[in-house]
Amino acid sequence: MSALLEIEDVTMRFGGLCAISNCRMTVPAGITHGIIGPNGAGKTTLFNLITGIYRPTEGIIRYKGRKISGQRPSRIALEGIGRTFQNIRIFKSLTVLENVRIAYDSQLRYGPMESLMRVGRYGRAEDESIARSMELLEHFGLSGFASIPASGLSYGSQRRLEIARALALKPALLLLDEPAAGMNTGETSALTEFLRDIRDHFQVTMILIEHHMHLVMNLCDKITVLDFGRVIADGTPAEIRANPRVIEAYLGESTE
Amino acid sequence: MENIRRFCVRLADRRWILPVLLVLGMTFCVVAESTSLLNSYTRFVLTAMLVNVILCVSLNLVNGYLGEFSVGHAGFMALGAYASAMLTTCLFPQTPALFIPAILVGGLMAAVVGFFLALLSFKTRGDYLAIITLAFLMIVKSALENISWVGGPRGLAGIPTLTTLPIAFATAIITLWVIRNLIYSKFGRAVVAIREDEIAANAMGVRTREAKILAFTVSSFFGGVAGALLAHQITFINPGSFDIVKSTEILVMVYLGGIGSLAGSILGAVIFTFLSEALREYGTWRMVILPLILVLLMIFRPRGIMGLRELPWFLPRRELFNRRKKS
Repeated sequence: MSALLEIEDVTMRFGGLCAISNCRMTVPAGITHGIIGPNGAGKTTLFNLITGIYRPTEGIIRYKGRKISGQRPSRIALEGIGRTFQNIRIFKSLTVLENVRIAYDSQLRYGPMESLMRVGRYGRAEDESIARSMELLEHFGLSGFASIPASGLSYGSQRRLEIARALALKPALLLLDEPAAGMNTGETSALTEFLRDIRDHFQVTMILIEHHMHLVMNLCDKITVLDFGRVIADGTPAEIRANPRVIEAYLGESTE
Repeated sequence: MENIRRFCVRLADRRWILPVLLVLGMTFCVVAESTSLLNSYTRFVLTAMLVNVILCVSLNLVNGYLGEFSVGHAGFMALGAYASAMLTTCLFPQTPALFIPAILVGGLMAAVVGFFLALLSFKTRGDYLAIITLAFLMIVKSALENISWVGGPRGLAGIPTLTTLPIAFATAIITLWVIRNLIYSKFGRAVVAIREDEIAANAMGVRTREAKILAFTVSSFFGGVAGALLAHQITFINPGSFDIVKSTEILVMVYLGGIGSLAGSILGAVIFTFLSEALREYGTWRMVILPLILVLLMIFRPRGIMGLRELPWFLPRRELFNRRKKS
């Protein structure tokens, strides 16, 4: 199995603060990879590095064997990396449908003149974008809300919309930043099923940051543990659970 | 009151009204221009109103749809006005046929400058972009004051009266048509996505730099076109007519009518034009009452009359089912 994403010795410094240091990670295609770690460990920074919001101070990130670090975020998104955000970033005053269409737009092929004169590929492309976006919303149980502003959705639905929007990019890699944030145990186990369905239905490789251990242990094939910007453990859920360094990072060192 | 509301809603859903209005409007303009149906003052005000529609809808592209705050629109007007007036007054006088190309040259002049301004400042947002556009406005004004072959501070006089009511009407319709077609395409959605959340837009594959430059360039093009029309309506321009007060007037129209709305832009321009004419006899009080209206507006209706809503007349047919409903 070839690696979909390779992070090679990436370091990210903000002034004196070293948010990520010498991070190495390989994500093969087809797996679900969890990233866990205490608050401030650098998990979201890692996502921002992968999606190009930050440029790594040192190191290289490769996607499908090609270097993506240093590219613009939009370019990386178009290469096939979709993401959600820790604090939901949907387009609030646009309708639910428009939210998805904006991500789908990158696949529409028509020029400015065609849209200006409403000729050529414009009409068919727009019709198709609406149909495809509605299909996607249908899958997420959101099609009934297509024409209300996204801010009118419930919190859980907003999270689902954000995932739907990311999938409209047709990504091969989906980064989920705390998808279960603010959810109770019942909602979290429903989310586990939901994410499993997405993985199988859309054939995406997922990397997810999560604090709900139950979800991570159930869903992920591999887990990376970050602490103070360093990878302190890497392995299957069973290995991680038994790793003394992980327990130490989460619960503190034993004094004996 | 409820009856009036219901009547308006029904009217808004009749999309055939728009083409009828266009034909009637154009006919009216042609008739008014060639007969003595209207006196010259009324014609002047109507023409000014149409120029204001162009200004308002083009600034709305940057301030409403893109969500930036540009105060430099009068600068683009100045560029358009001077470029076109130089053509029709100094280089090729007595050739009225050249007016349409002259308008385009005015627009292009503004668009080229707008393009470079956007290129230089695309990384800045909010207050910083406002300051850059303010600086741009001042540079244009003082540049014009110091170039002697465009008249310096005295300005350009003797510009032929070429802006007729039908030409202003047609230009306003073309402007609305172009901006509407731009907005309801992937290019326009990219612009709106930046207003909503730039980081998320970027992560969804929106090329934010290109989208901003496009919005800015198109906006300044039509700012220049409006300037060209104005120059050939009032026949005398000087750098002082394109100052911050002029920019502020356009801002008032945009925020009065409603950001992110074509119907709002038209409404804002129409209300503003008639209000400022009606208040003209009160002299200085005009500049007290108009800002006061703006203050009240910002308190009670910060997004303007139509804020982010659109009249179904302007929506492409396929977008109709997606009309924003109340949540």
